[in-house]
Formats: sequence, structure tokens, C-alpha cells
Amino acid sequence: MKQMEKKATPSYWDGFVAGDWQNSINVRDFINKNLVQYNGDDTFLAGPTAATTTLNDEVLALKKKEREVGGVLDADNNVVSTVTSHKPGYIEKDLETIVGLQTDKPLKRAFMPFGGIRMAEDALEAYGFKVDPEQHKIFTEDRKTHNQGVFDVYTPDMRKARHYKIITGLPDAYARGRLIPDLPRIAIYGIDRLMKAKAHDFENIGDGELTNDVIQLREEVQEQYRALVEMKKMAESYGFDISRPAENAQEAIQWIYFGYLASVKTQNGAAMSVGRIDTTIEAYINRDLKRGTITEDQAQEFIDHLVMKLRMVRFIRTTEYNSLFSGDPIWATLSLGGSGMDGKHHITKTAFRFLKTLDNMGAAPEPNITLLWSDKLPEGFKRYATQVSINSSTIQYENDEMLKEQWGTDYYGIACCVSAQPIATGMQFFGARANLAKTILYTINGGVDEIGKAQVGPAYAPISSEYIDYDEFMKKLDPMMGWLADIYVNSLNAIHYMHDKYYYEAEQMALKDTNLDRTFATGISGFSHAVDSISAIKYGHVKVIRDESGLAVDFKADNDDYPRYGNNDDRADQIGVWLIQHFYEMMNKHHLYRGAKLSTSVLTITSNVVYGKNTGTTPNGRKAGEPFSPGANPAYGAEKNGALASLLSTAKLPYEFATDGISNTFGVTPNTLGHDDEARKDTLVNMVDGYMENEGMHLNINVFNRETLIDAQKHPEEYPTLTVRVSGYCVYFADLTKEQQDDVISRTYFETM
Amino acid sequence: MVTTPATATTIKPVIGYVHSIETFGSVDGPGIRYVAFLQGCRMRCEFCHNPDTWNIGTGDEVTSDEILDDAIRYRAFWGKQGGITCSGGESLLQIDFLIDLFTKAKAEGINTCLDTCGQPFTYKQPWFDKFKRLMAVTDVSLVDIKQIDTDRHKRLTGFNNETVLSMIQYMSENGHHMWIRHVLVPERTDYDENLKELGEYVSKLHNVDKVEVLPYHTMGVVKYETLGIDYPLKGIEPPTHDRVVNAENYLHVNDYQGYRQFPFS
Ligand code: SF4
Repeated sequence: MKQMEKKATPSYWDGFVAGDWQNSINVRDFINKNLVQYNGDDTFLAGPTAATTTLNDEVLALKKKEREVGGVLDADNNVVSTVTSHKPGYIEKDLETIVGLQTDKPLKRAFMPFGGIRMAEDALEAYGFKVDPEQHKIFTEDRKTHNQGVFDVYTPDMRKARHYKIITGLPDAYARGRLIPDLPRIAIYGIDRLMKAKAHDFENIGDGELTNDVIQLREEVQEQYRALVEMKKMAESYGFDISRPAENAQEAIQWIYFGYLASVKTQNGAAMSVGRIDTTIEAYINRDLKRGTITEDQAQEFIDHLVMKLRMVRFIRTTEYNSLFSGDPIWATLSLGGSGMDGKHHITKTAFRFLKTLDNMGAAPEPNITLLWSDKLPEGFKRYATQVSINSSTIQYENDEMLKEQWGTDYYGIACCVSAQPIATGMQFFGARANLAKTILYTINGGVDEIGKAQVGPAYAPISSEYIDYDEFMKKLDPMMGWLADIYVNSLNAIHYMHDKYYYEAEQMALKDTNLDRTFATGISGFSHAVDSISAIKYGHVKVIRDESGLAVDFKADNDDYPRYGNNDDRADQIGVWLIQHFYEMMNKHHLYRGAKLSTSVLTITSNVVYGKNTGTTPNGRKAGEPFSPGANPAYGAEKNGALASLLSTAKLPYEFATDGISNTFGVTPNTLGHDDEARKDTLVNMVDGYMENEGMHLNINVFNRETLIDAQKHPEEYPTLTVRVSGYCVYFADLTKEQQDDVISRTYFETM
Repeated sequence: MVTTPATATTIKPVIGYVHSIETFGSVDGPGIRYVAFLQGCRMRCEFCHNPDTWNIGTGDEVTSDEILDDAIRYRAFWGKQGGITCSGGESLLQIDFLIDLFTKAKAEGINTCLDTCGQPFTYKQPWFDKFKRLMAVTDVSLVDIKQIDTDRHKRLTGFNNETVLSMIQYMSENGHHMWIRHVLVPERTDYDENLKELGEYVSKLHNVDKVEVLPYHTMGVVKYETLGIDYPLKGIEPPTHDRVVNAENYLHVNDYQGYRQFPFS
């Protein structure tokens, strides 16, 4: 490993502006005191070093091989992955400036049975591996998993709702993820100091009664403390002493990465976020550059190598999971930019350097780059970011001003695909999605599932008239939504209780405050179809077509010109606003585990395809099995007034209820944005500014010609790094299933004639 | 030169006939623009990709206030350069509506852009006075020159090109800003001699802020099929990239950079 010469006497904090951060664990204060803003353009950036190119070529070759052998190169079947379970692994030790792999070999997948042994076994088998019999015995007979815990307590109704997919994607067999560890803590303070702080916290919990809550927290803090010890051991195996703070930029990045590595060695959460590290890293790089100990080339190399590592994180998943979330996503979400509570923007040269990695090493879906966008960001950065969007469609944009206001801090990050979380003081319980489009059908069919033909919901009286009467429908929708809210929230109560018990995230929690604000995340799928269906029933005079058993299987609106969500038409949009708020309030009537605060979301990731597959024909004319529109996007073909009308419909949805995120995926052809790159950048900057000013929350931007995608589907070998943004994350187009590719191709692409 | 708003409210509102609205127009004038496509056109350009805008007197009836209220909802997207564009069809066929809408837009501080092919232009009164009033509230006009050769122009559009050229001449002499656009169609406009002549013609004009070559495309074919009209350019493919570059060279498109300074006041 290439390393800089060490100074004789380390004084870790020399050159930094002093502040509260020295007296307590307070990364936010460190950032604010040591912010190095940058207002220029991208001309200072350095290309890849020879080492970067060599390493990257090797990684790309491995990835190619991985795809060729069907998705998994190698997998452990007998070593249970812990922070220290594997000996050090390298790509090419001498060339790497930032080191550390999940297992002992690049892209080799770890064995993670704590979420559920069956899931781990199925995943291995899907790729031709078999679990070690000894491990099978341990995790079926001797050691209970999260999955078993949940199924021990699920009620029959919950199992049914899950089986018929009115609730789907629940984290009851794998890690819930979505925690952002406060990684810069390791760089700034070193592990020993963090251990001291945890020990201090421990002493202060439980002076009074040992209630269940106190006992639980005391046990958790002990686990956190042990996790910190393990992190030191892991770093030591790579030859580093992270008990102390980082001395220079290379160490700071390495320390941060070790913290992240500890997370992904132990948890296989759907989202394993990196959080917000750009401004901290900048403070270190800037200090080294000033001291003359590194060059810009080296600074870029460190960032490139960190990002390369983030691109290599892998989990082994079942085929069922992969059909929900295609392309091996892990949501290593990296939040960049944003601004402070004081109004200062947080754009640094390091934010540029992270974007530059897409240029230096080619486009890639991970890390999931998320720009915290504010009108305060300097023009040079805005234009560079939109240029990257135009070139590689790898960026998502989130509304910094709105998020700061909602969460009351500027030190938040994006926890998964879309949802925000205070990094030091907050956590969330991830809770997948409930299918509201299906709920519309349950209302019409009296709780009978239209695909499974079984009584799943309560057997309320179905709608039996030829035409659906709006008032009757609304009266019946209410109790059906109430039932769904009940069963959904309580399933999640079971899940999070068991997750804390059997699969507690000690490594990530060790890097957060001890007393946390918790949010209880829920989500809505089939949103646009539910809204348009209600609008069709209200304005379109909808006739029901039933099968021989009397089940509604098709619909016909006499007046097909009814208002649809996505046209900035309040008649439809306000139905959407009502739906979110109403469902939220229904869920909020229930007990929420550990006093968490309820949040919901309108985001679906790639699961819109599978959800659609499991849902019958809806009154808005969407045929049985057809994909839902992703996230909060309007239904395909519903938009009649162009892109901005569509965006403003989404922007109306109330973020204060859907604090877990409202996702919009925006596809546009290059020529629609303008006739040349300068014009295209102008258009995108104005578009994002306008969307955020109108309180839009999140925007994925894809700039493609449909023909490119069609060609890429036919000749995947010619587009190995073609990356598209799907709801909340990025994926190699070639890694999507055929159905999902078709879905992406057929999505609304705004184009001018 | 502008009607007083006080009396405007008492007058019966002028009705416009709109074919459709595009809220995200980014190639219809400077910046992101709200584009109202007005219904009706007398020309019959062979490459027209909007034959559904031809009929005169159909379309949705709207008032300028309705359009303006709707447009203003998108103001946050316009930045410094964006605003409202009226296109068509042939927007000048509804000049009263344009005057009404643009006057009100200017009063709101919104910049205005007219997309026209100039066919209705005339020095006859009272039309010409109206045109002058319209120009006073128009920040920039996008003007198509379909063919510089009048015979070929006639074959391509059904009209000779004298009308549009006299309108351009007027704009040039009276300080009205223009973007000149030219659709490049193989076998119709893609002839070196015509391109050269067009380039020379444009270079003598004033206030030309931008010159654009728009490659002919076949995306309009579907509309002809739905309308049951024979597609006149059957078999003609879009121009090659080389031919587009060739046309851009003849038209010296890079010499026209005034659009970057927009808006001028
Ligand atoms: S002037 Fe425009 S709308 Fe009229 S026929 Fe020609 S291209 Fe079509």
C-alpha cells in the first residue's frame, strides 16, 4: 500500500479551527468551523492516475466476469460474516491508497445468516452454492434468526396480507438497513475517544428503574462498545491504528471507509448509506494541500479509490429479491453539497472530486450520488453537476432547503434511495410499502384478492352495481384503508422488535448518538393508479366488468376525459394529497414501536414492476399485470401538458406527511433539453431550481434517447456501463430484467418534435 | 402604444383558439418556456409535423387571462431567460389574441416570444398597425425561412416567400430581435446553392440573435396516418449529420451569439 511518510509527532487537530467539536462528539460543529467553500468551476480537477486506471480496469474485468457467470463470482458458505471474520483482502495491494474489502477477495460475497437462514440459503442456491451443513444446523436448531422471530409472532392475517402482496418487500428476512453511520467521527476522534463517550453514556442510562426500555438500551450500548473494539481489530489487520484520530487526508478517508466497511460486513440491509462525508474530507485534503504534503492528483486518487471500493460492495440475494430490486443495488447513498442552517453553501472541491470519479472511472450505479440542491449552491457547481447528469444520468437531486426545515438540522443525509435522516441524532425503521392500487380493488371486491381470488381483507360488502357510485365507493374505501393501515403498521411493529433483538446494527449505531430520534417508515405503492382510479370513479362514470364469480376484472370509463394526476390539475392532484394524508392519519392511530414518529413515502424503486404484476386491472384503465408508474410519477400516458405540469403535480404532494420521500423519475431526450450542451445545462439548472422552489422533494434525471435504450437492450455488450436512474437509485441498464428494461423504455420520455 | 388596463377589463375578452400547451418548451426561444400552440395555419408545408394544427376556428377557446394564469404557475422554472412563447399553427392568424396576451404578460414582467412563419404578414391596414402593436410587446421572434428560392418555397409550402421576407425585412429595419430557423429537408431545402444564398441573405439582416438549422425528422408521420392525410415526404429520410454541419457552415450559425445576452432589458 502506498503511504505517505509520517510526521514525527502527530498533532491531529493542528490547523483546524477550534470549537465545541473538540469537547464533545460533534461532527456538525467540526464541519461548520472548518468549511472550505469553493465557488469556481471544474477546471482544477485531475484525471485518473496510472494506479487508478490499472485498478479500475481490474475491477471492471471482474465485474464483466461476474455478469458472465450469472451474477455471482464467489460466495462464502461457512464463514459467518462479522467485522473481523475475514483476513484482509485487496485488489492489488501496492496500488491501493484506500484499502479494505468485505471478504478476503474482491467481489466475493459474504455469508450473512442473521436476517434469516432460509433467505441466505436460497440466495446461495440461486447461484449454485450450497450452505455448509454445520451452519445450517446452527442457524436452524441452535441460533434463532430475525426471520424466525418475526414469523413466530405474525398473525394469520399478516401472513395472508403478505402472501397476497397487498404489503410487499417487508424486511422480515434480511436486514432493514437505512441507517446512516456518522462516519467522520472515526477520522476526527479515533475509536478510543468514541469508546469513552459510549462508556460515559452507558453509565448514565439506568440510574433509575430498569424498565424494558432501559434494559434494552443498556444492552445495545454494550454491543456498540464491542463493535468499536472489533473495528480497531479489523483496521489493525490492515496495518492501521484507528484508535487515534486521522493524521492526514489519506488516513481520514481510510478511517471513514473502515467504519463503512464494518457496516457492510455485518448488515445486508436494502440500503447501506455512506452518508455525508464530503465537507469533512475536504477539511483534511485542504490542510494537506496547504502543507504541501499532497498534490491535487493524489487527492483525486484517494477519492477515486474510495469510490472504487464503494462500487465493489456486494450482497447475495434471492431471485425474488432481485426481481424487486434489480441490478444488485446496495444504495451506498452518498450525499453531496447542501447548505448550512446559516445559509452558507457546503460545496467544496471534494464535492467536485466525487463527481469527477464518474469521469475518471466511468459511470457506475454506486455510490448512489445524491445532490442536496439549494438555490444557494454556486453556479459553477450547478452547471458541472447537470453536465454529469447529461453525460451519465447518474445523479439524483433532493431539496436541501425543504429537508433542513423538516428535520431541523443541516447535518442530515439520505438514508436509502430518497429518505432523509439526521446523521448524528436520528435513525429510521424501514418499512417497505403497502399497495394502495390493490386496496381500491379490495374495496370494490369486498376484500377478495383479484388475482388470488381469496378473501384477504375483511369481507365488507362489495360494490355490486353496474356503474360505480362515487359516494358509495368512498364510504367503502375508508374502512378498507383502515384495515390495511392496521395490518401494515402492526406487521412492522413485529419486524422491528425482532430486528432489534436478533439483528441489531451495533456497528452503525456505535457511530451515532446513544439517544436517537426514531422514525417509523412506511410507504405507498400504486399511488398514481389509485389517484387516477378515484378520479375516474368521480368524474368518468366507470362501469364494472365482472367475471363469472362476480369479481370485478375490468373497467370502462364512459367519459375517458376525466382529470388525471400529472397535469397540474387540482381536481386529480388534490385526490393524491388527500390519499397520502388520510393513509398517514390512519396509520398514525396505531402504536408505533419504540415511540417512533410515523413517516410515509411515495417511492417504489424498481419494485413498481413486480407490484404491478401482482395487481389486477385498475379503474384508471391500467391492465392487470402492467407495471405501476415508479414512485410518485404519474401513470404512463396520463400527462398531457408536458414535463413541468407533471412535475408540479408531484410537487404538490405534502412532504410533511411523506417525510420518508416523494420520488420523481424524470426522463428526457437530450434534444428536448436544448440543441447544445450549454443550453441543456441551462435548462436542467433552471428545471431543478424551479422544481425545488415549488417544494418538489426529489428528482431522478435521465437524459437519453429511447433508441439508445432499445439498442442497449439488443446489444448489451456494447453498453456495459450505460447507467439509468430508476426510482431512487441507479442501475446498469444491462443488469435489469427484460421486463424492467421494457418498463424503463416505455416510460414517459419527454421529447419535443 | 399600449392599451390602458383600466379599459381592458370592460371590453369583451378576446378569444384565442389553442391547439395544445407545452409547459416545458426548451427549444422554443430563450430558456425554459411555456408554449401555447395556437390553432390554424394556411400554409401546407410538406414537412409539417403538426398537421393537426391546420384547421382554422377549431381548438380550445381560451382567454389571455386563462393562459397567463396557467403560465405563471411555471414561473419558478423560467430563470432569467424563460417566459411565454406563442407558436402554432400560424400564431399571427390570431394577432388580436397575441396583442392581448403579450401586453398582459409584459405588464407582469414576463418576456414574450413569437414563433411565426410570417404568412399572414401584410402592410395593409388595419393589420399592419396591429402588427406594430404586437412587435412593441414582443421580446424576440422565431422566424422560419423555409426556402430562399421562392419557387421551391412555393412547392414546399403552397406559398411564395415574398411575404415572410418582407416581414423579416421590416423586423430587421425596426430593431426587432429575431432567431432565424431553417428546416433542412433532403430533396427540398438541402441544396448548397440555396443554403449559400440563404446564408448571405441572413448575414445582411440586423438584430438576428441566433440562426438554427433544424434537421427534418419523421416523428410527424403518425399524425398524418391518424388524420388520414397522405404523407407528402414519403421515403425522404432525415439529413445526415454531415449535411447538417454543411448547412450550419453555409448559414454561419456560430456567428450569431446575441441570444446569450437575452433578455436585453
Ligand atoms: S407553417 Fe408551420 S404549422 Fe403551418 S404548415 Fe408550415 S410547418 Fe405546419
